[in-house]
Amino acid sequence: MDILAVLIPVSLALGLGGLVGFWWTLRRGQYDDPEGDSQRILRGDYDEHPKA
Amino acid sequence: MTDTMEPTPSISACPACIATPSAIERAQAAAAEKGARIMLSVPDAHCAVCIQTVESDLEKMPGIKSARLNLTLRRVSVDAEAGITAQMVADRLKQLGYPAFELDPGTLSMTETDKQGRDLLMRLGVAGFSMMNIMLLSVAVWSGATDATRDLFHLISAVIAIPTVAFSGQPFFRKAWAGVKARRLDMDFPISLAIVLATAISLYETFNSGRHAYFDAAVMLTFFLLAGRYLDFRTRAVARSAAQELAALEVPRAIRIHGGEEETVPVAQLKVGDLVLVRPGGRIPVDGVVVAGQSELDRSLLTGETLPVFTGPDAVVTAGAVNLTGPLTVQVTAAGKDSSLHRMADLVAVAENARNKYTTLAERAARLYSPSVHLMAFGAFVVWMWITGGDARHAINIAAATLIITCPCALGLAVPAVVTAASGKLFRAGLLIKDGSALERLAEVDTVVFDKTGTLTMGTPEPVNLGDLPRDELEIAAALGAASSHPLARALAEAARAQGIIPARLEDVAEVPGHGVQASWQGQRVRLGRANWVGADALDVTAAYLAVGPRAPRAVAFADRLREGADEAVAAFKAQGKRVLLISGDVPGAVGELAGRLGIDDWQAEALPQDKAAAIEALQAQGHKVLMVGDGLNDTVALTAAHVSISPASALDAARVASDIVLLGQSLAPIPQAQGVAVRAVRRIRENFTVSFGYNIIAVPIALVGLASPLIAALAMSASSITVALNSLRLK
Repeated sequence: MDILAVLIPVSLALGLGGLVGFWWTLRRGQYDDPEGDSQRILRGDYDEHPKA
Repeated sequence: MTDTMEPTPSISACPACIATPSAIERAQAAAAEKGARIMLSVPDAHCAVCIQTVESDLEKMPGIKSARLNLTLRRVSVDAEAGITAQMVADRLKQLGYPAFELDPGTLSMTETDKQGRDLLMRLGVAGFSMMNIMLLSVAVWSGATDATRDLFHLISAVIAIPTVAFSGQPFFRKAWAGVKARRLDMDFPISLAIVLATAISLYETFNSGRHAYFDAAVMLTFFLLAGRYLDFRTRAVARSAAQELAALEVPRAIRIHGGEEETVPVAQLKVGDLVLVRPGGRIPVDGVVVAGQSELDRSLLTGETLPVFTGPDAVVTAGAVNLTGPLTVQVTAAGKDSSLHRMADLVAVAENARNKYTTLAERAARLYSPSVHLMAFGAFVVWMWITGGDARHAINIAAATLIITCPCALGLAVPAVVTAASGKLFRAGLLIKDGSALERLAEVDTVVFDKTGTLTMGTPEPVNLGDLPRDELEIAAALGAASSHPLARALAEAARAQGIIPARLEDVAEVPGHGVQASWQGQRVRLGRANWVGADALDVTAAYLAVGPRAPRAVAFADRLREGADEAVAAFKAQGKRVLLISGDVPGAVGELAGRLGIDDWQAEALPQDKAAAIEALQAQGHKVLMVGDGLNDTVALTAAHVSISPASALDAARVASDIVLLGQSLAPIPQAQGVAVRAVRRIRENFTVSFGYNIIAVPIALVGLASPLIAALAMSASSITVALNSLRLK
């Protein structure tokens, strides 16, 4: 059962990591245009770096 | 300019007032002239190629720094230097084949909406991640963790759940508290009670080494209900921002003659006694008296008449009419709040009061739900107190389990999910639902009333009897028509060109504003214009009259061009067994002709705005549910009076604001389809209620007899939520 002392913090850290990631994507406006983004992914004209 | 930071006023408060937008909106419009960010609605954008075309082409335009098309909202945002106006961008887009409308440049309200949406999404995300983590620990407990391990897991769950509930549950707590203060019991109260009670009792159990803790259920409940809340918000936000956009379509400015010089000023700054110049093609911004100039006015948006009306010095003109042929100088007699547009506002207010508030299916269900759930939980508490001889801990546990297990997910999630799916489907078909309950009301419709001018027809005339004219007269008519900017003349010239007629050679062509065009042809005087000026007897249909020298004058009759999909829409409604009526303010000849062409038996002509509303009220008094489709200012009252109303995007602001649904495309064909979607959506909502009621029939007795473990609660809640959500998605 000692393994729990490792596993529980790990699972909590993973969950927290996911939450921070979600918070970051939300702040960057990645949910503002889901339909457009699904079409943009197929375009080849800004491969170097995405347009702002 | 300080006004620009004011929030946009509510658009539904007074539909007719919108026809003369408030000072704030005007100030915002003026601020937009300085440039920077331009927003345009592009309803036709739908694919990757559209993104490519629109963005790369706009960026090639000088003065534009960047352009980005949002495909979800069908909206392009342009970063431009000063001097680029929205109109220039819109024209460019039109050339590309994407009709575009200028949007409300006061982006303030839009960012406010975005902020609210992100806030809800964040709370939803937090609830989701906590739910997963707690569930991980709960599964361990359910599969047999005991004693110290179980207590530890419960404690960790508590550490995650309590901040989550405190943060994510806020939207419910706040609304529940507002409800309590206003002494009414709505959905948020049982939700908040269930969440708080479940958390509190679990915390108590945790510290007393109890077997059951409901942290997972409390957080799951929050998560599912927040998902519903977010969907609901999204539907409303899209509709609201689009409605605001449409309201900002007409940017009201006027040319004031001040000390002999022309200056462009916002309409708000006009005062009684000012002189205003209205160029041909311009809309008259105020009520006033003509002091100079002769012209014809198109009053179709105000009255439904297709035939332009002659106007000259001393004639009284009303705001909203479109000047057609000659420049007019108008002295202002009433501006803003005093103008005739505002008189319409009173009528609309009366009609709005008469429209009894519609209670949606969800509201009706919620009214039944809240008291019965509370009674049941309280009953369980009392009965178990009696059975166990005063074991409050056990009794409260059972009451809390009952509250949790009767999770109102079907109400909180199923209805928003159906409405979102249905409005998304309709948005793609070109219909914008402005009000969630409009869908339910649309499903009940059994009678459809159409307006004529601008709704069933495009408001653009076409000559119908060109074949009756001899060839030489046709050539003269074509030449005369080409010399004028009057809509009838232009339509005549265009139709002649389409038939391959070469215009006759004319000399001394001159337009006489308000009357017509005259010229000399082979030494004879030829005229195309109004009946009395040409010397003909006026017909009761829309017509232009042609006189060639001493020959008898001829009438060229015009019919309005049918709007695309008008016949399909009428036929589809008739096939569905609905009664179709046509009520117009136009003359009987024109209305009867159109009714005959479309196969509408019930029609009424020369109806005043009040008559239209009265006709609809009479139908509703007989128990019919009326759908009104109209676009003019004269339809506003009728649109408000009807059970549900639709107006095309080309309609006047006031009409669009008064209606529940806006038709974004040109064609009327999606309207009967929309009705079908609405009927199916309501069927889904009912199914969802049945499904969740079924779950409760099984789960509630289990909870009441005290057999509900946290596992059963979690299963029942997620199973019912997922079933209703999936059922809602079937609509796609």
